Amino acid sequence: MAHVASASETLEEKLTQELGYDDHFHEHHHGDKFQSNFLTHYIFSTDHKMIARQFLMTGMFWAFIGAAMSIIFRLQLGFPEADLAWLRPLLGKWIQVNEAGIGKLDPEFYYALVTMHGTILVFFVLTAGLSGTFSNLLIPLQIGARDMASPLLNAFSYWAFFLAGVVMFLSLFLSTGPFSGGWTAYPPLSALPQASDGSGAGMTMWIVSMALFVVSVLLGGVNYITTVLNMRTKGMSMWRMPLTIWAFFVTAILGLLSFPVLLSGVFLLMFDRSMGTSFYLNEIVVGGEVLDRIGGSPILYQHLFWFLGHPEVYIIILPAMGIVSEVLSVHARKPIFGYRAMVFSILAIAFLSFIVWAHHMFMSGVNPFISNFFVIFTLIIAVPSAVKVFNWISTIYGSNLRFTSASLFAVGFVSMFISGGLTGIFLGNSAIDIQLHDTYFVVAHFHIVMGIAAFFGMFSGIYHWFPKMFGRFMNETLGKVHFWGTLVGAYAIFWPMHYTGMAGVPRRYYSIDNFESFRHFTELNQFITVAAIVVFFLQVLFMVNFFYSIFSGRKVTVKNPWGANSLEWTTPIEPGHGNWPNNIPTVQRWAYDYGKNGEEFIPQYIPLKEGEHDHGH
Amino acid sequence: MTALIILLCVILIIIVLVQIGKVTELTAQIKGEREVMRDNSKWNGWLSVGFMLVFLPATVISAWMYKNEMMGYGPHASASAHGGMIDSLFNITLFFTGIVFVLTHIALFWFAYKYRWQEGRKARFISHDNRLEIWWTVIPAVVMAFLVVNGLNTWNTVMADIQGDEDFIEIEATGQQFNWIIRYPGLDGKLGARNFKLTTAGNQLGQDFTDPKNWDDVLPGQELLLPVGKKIRVRITAKDVLHNFYLPHMRLKMDAVPGMPTYFVFTPIKTTAEYRNELRKYPDYNTPADPADPTGPKRWEKFEYELACAELCGKGHYSMKRVFKVVPQEEYDAWLKKQESFYLTQVRGKEDDPNKERVLDVEVKQRAVDFSANIKKAVESTNAADKVLRLDNIFFETGSAALKTDSRYELDNLVAAMGANSQMVIEIGGHTDNSGDPVANQALSAQRANMVVKYLTDRGVPASRLRAVGYGDTKPSVPNDSPENMAKNRRTELRIL
Repeated sequence: MAHVASASETLEEKLTQELGYDDHFHEHHHGDKFQSNFLTHYIFSTDHKMIARQFLMTGMFWAFIGAAMSIIFRLQLGFPEADLAWLRPLLGKWIQVNEAGIGKLDPEFYYALVTMHGTILVFFVLTAGLSGTFSNLLIPLQIGARDMASPLLNAFSYWAFFLAGVVMFLSLFLSTGPFSGGWTAYPPLSALPQASDGSGAGMTMWIVSMALFVVSVLLGGVNYITTVLNMRTKGMSMWRMPLTIWAFFVTAILGLLSFPVLLSGVFLLMFDRSMGTSFYLNEIVVGGEVLDRIGGSPILYQHLFWFLGHPEVYIIILPAMGIVSEVLSVHARKPIFGYRAMVFSILAIAFLSFIVWAHHMFMSGVNPFISNFFVIFTLIIAVPSAVKVFNWISTIYGSNLRFTSASLFAVGFVSMFISGGLTGIFLGNSAIDIQLHDTYFVVAHFHIVMGIAAFFGMFSGIYHWFPKMFGRFMNETLGKVHFWGTLVGAYAIFWPMHYTGMAGVPRRYYSIDNFESFRHFTELNQFITVAAIVVFFLQVLFMVNFFYSIFSGRKVTVKNPWGANSLEWTTPIEPGHGNWPNNIPTVQRWAYDYGKNGEEFIPQYIPLKEGEHDHGH
Repeated sequence: MTALIILLCVILIIIVLVQIGKVTELTAQIKGEREVMRDNSKWNGWLSVGFMLVFLPATVISAWMYKNEMMGYGPHASASAHGGMIDSLFNITLFFTGIVFVLTHIALFWFAYKYRWQEGRKARFISHDNRLEIWWTVIPAVVMAFLVVNGLNTWNTVMADIQGDEDFIEIEATGQQFNWIIRYPGLDGKLGARNFKLTTAGNQLGQDFTDPKNWDDVLPGQELLLPVGKKIRVRITAKDVLHNFYLPHMRLKMDAVPGMPTYFVFTPIKTTAEYRNELRKYPDYNTPADPADPTGPKRWEKFEYELACAELCGKGHYSMKRVFKVVPQEEYDAWLKKQESFYLTQVRGKEDDPNKERVLDVEVKQRAVDFSANIKKAVESTNAADKVLRLDNIFFETGSAALKTDSRYELDNLVAAMGANSQMVIEIGGHTDNSGDPVANQALSAQRANMVVKYLTDRGVPASRLRAVGYGDTKPSVPNDSPENMAKNRRTELRIL
């Protein structure tokens, strides 16, 4: 697309010179005094673009571990009779080999794998890896700032996340195993080392890791909010911000309000574990031993946990929604349909996310009367979600949609969000939840709507902004194999789980063979496992493409390869510290003038023509 | 070795794909950008519409293949009175979401195909349309309102506790790592109190046996029965960690929380046998239950109402299975009658029985029944030896003729027996062992026999039908050669004259 480049680039330089904001910035071609050597440039960097790449690579490392874990427990579920002795070199004593030489996965470790898979994917990959990467990369670039409000806190945010990862990683090697009581860590199971091996040292390290992680989210969140509110370039009013920035901004607010509640929840859990308090414990007899703990309630923990836990799923999905809105619009060559409705639905979803948490607890023993309110608020969320879906589809309507890996994953996201969102309407209705709660129906629902969908948003963002991150393109052919394979494969994994869920098969079962009601799903479980393995290797293919392209991908030759309007494409192909070498461009219009007045696209720095209406104001 | 080969194959495939990727990039440079974009648009446009045309029918076909798992349909119809409401709510929701699912997917992938990139095409500048936005806010809101009203209606009906004087059976389920303890209330219909601090190996539930409601409570063995058509309230508790009482066929699920009993009320509407007969009609259920045993029982024959745990409780979570058999009321009543009280069989009279010093009402009733039966037998017998009855439950203060209060139960039985057999004349004989002075022994035994006679005459038994004799140590029932035997010889006997 070289033709879009040269002419517009000189215009852009001219406009930036004339209209841009001069903050007396001086570019240092060989890095500044803070980022001159390898260590300060690549490792302890305070540059938001480098921190974004650190979040991304760390997230990918964890995604690989988390996905590999799921393959191991899927082997157990799909092929319970299979010999897993070949995994002994990797898993050691967690594979029990009997006299006949047949290796079986230890049930305790099965639960540890399930727990770690959830914790890693939810927190390390889809929170840090997704929001951490793109908030860091795009907030300063798209609002026209030289960096975050506090680059140092931003670096701390990454390193707190890194440390959280180190602690969690080390816990995998404990002789009693990592924590194995589910990613939600409900007490009393998580509070009593007598009840489960994983609730010993594994749980202690889980809590430490979570505390560090919350520190990371809070440091990052404070920074994102401050940067968005205070550091927008001249002319970048809130209503001119790309939807990505709206999504990251609201996500940061959600994180700031909800993660401290999780922290307080796990602190009380820590007190119960090590200081003899009884916040969550009452009348317990474990392994024949009568505990001297009365007065607490396990339900209290569930309230505290889900007060984070529910906003958390929006912390995961909102950035993906923002990315998809932006990518769809750019590649459809058409404005996002209903920009304001999109912003208001993000705000509505964010607000509602704080008053629906107990829909995870319909069957937990809370007063059934209370559930009435949570049902109402939960099902209301379907309305702003539906608005978003219709707006995405309308964005494609009448467009000139370029099929890139990025736009395909955005389309895939919409499909996943529809499929997974609709099953939420079943589960949010407490009466249906009586049967479906904690069955595979739930597993199917949340994996599609916040697992696969969020991953699709992330992939879309990676393919789209890879040129900005590394100055090269990812391979499009491999990207399309990756997309179509993953789309089909992900549905092959999770769609059948709706049927096992309707049959009542509970989740988190090491084996379903001793129940006559459930044991007839052998073939279906094999099918799911095979699909999971195929999809796993497709992600390996993606990683190969990713790392190969960093070094040998096709080089980006123009500043704005996608012909996009937002400001990140006005920076040099490989922007240095400070992003713009001279003046910061000022913003004259909203970010979605695609196909307006016969122009294919009108970037945000181009002044409005006489009498031209600006759609963001 | 196979794993290694598979891994090598995968690596090889990835290398091949990467090479293909590189080659297409190179040919793109030769072919030119426009040509590549045209091909790309064509291919992915077709894939888009192709995916839709495969995916949407696949969802319908797979649902048809797995129709047996559809809630409310034939073999997966609910077995409880409230379950039908849940199933129909599920299907109403499926109807609406199904429409949205199909229409949005057709629009999404069809538009992606129809509006794929084409050279020279211009996208239309449509930024928003407030009228459309209002439509697709209002329509989902109306549908949601409908589902909410329906849902809450169902929810509040299903979750309602027992009202007023409804007839119901209350049972209790207690989860622990890794099994369920089920408790039935016994004949009084009431579950006894519990205190977790009383939990021991012999008292798994920490039942408080000073509470009379506990005395007839039953902890059945493997077999658990429930009557069909009767309202059942399950009180759900846990000892150690969270569990969840889950009966999938009954559409019943509720967490078991340590220190906070929960409940669920349901009415089974199909017996196990009826459910099996229902399943028998479907070909899928006429296949062997165990694929490894093709000649074994069929799936419908092995059907049971299985209880599972649905809240992660540790490494044995998947193994917490129990089976409830739903049977006609009469069968249930007969079964319950056969069950023995846990307290009376396992705890009564043992070291940690808190009621060692007391006579329990159930025991008083049982003794009255036994006593009149024994009297009847003695009256009818012609054998002189059979006419003598030992009165085991008459107790005197040590070294005195004063009656202990607990003796009144036996004496009242005797009063009743005298009333029932108006012709009967009896002798009350006092006996001692051979320790101490024989004269004093004889005097004491005579005084004690007189005390019994006095008790009877005070309650209206004519003195003419009573004799009191003090035998002292002259008639031992067994040799006085051990403390146990001597205790046996200290006794009060009744002889029908």
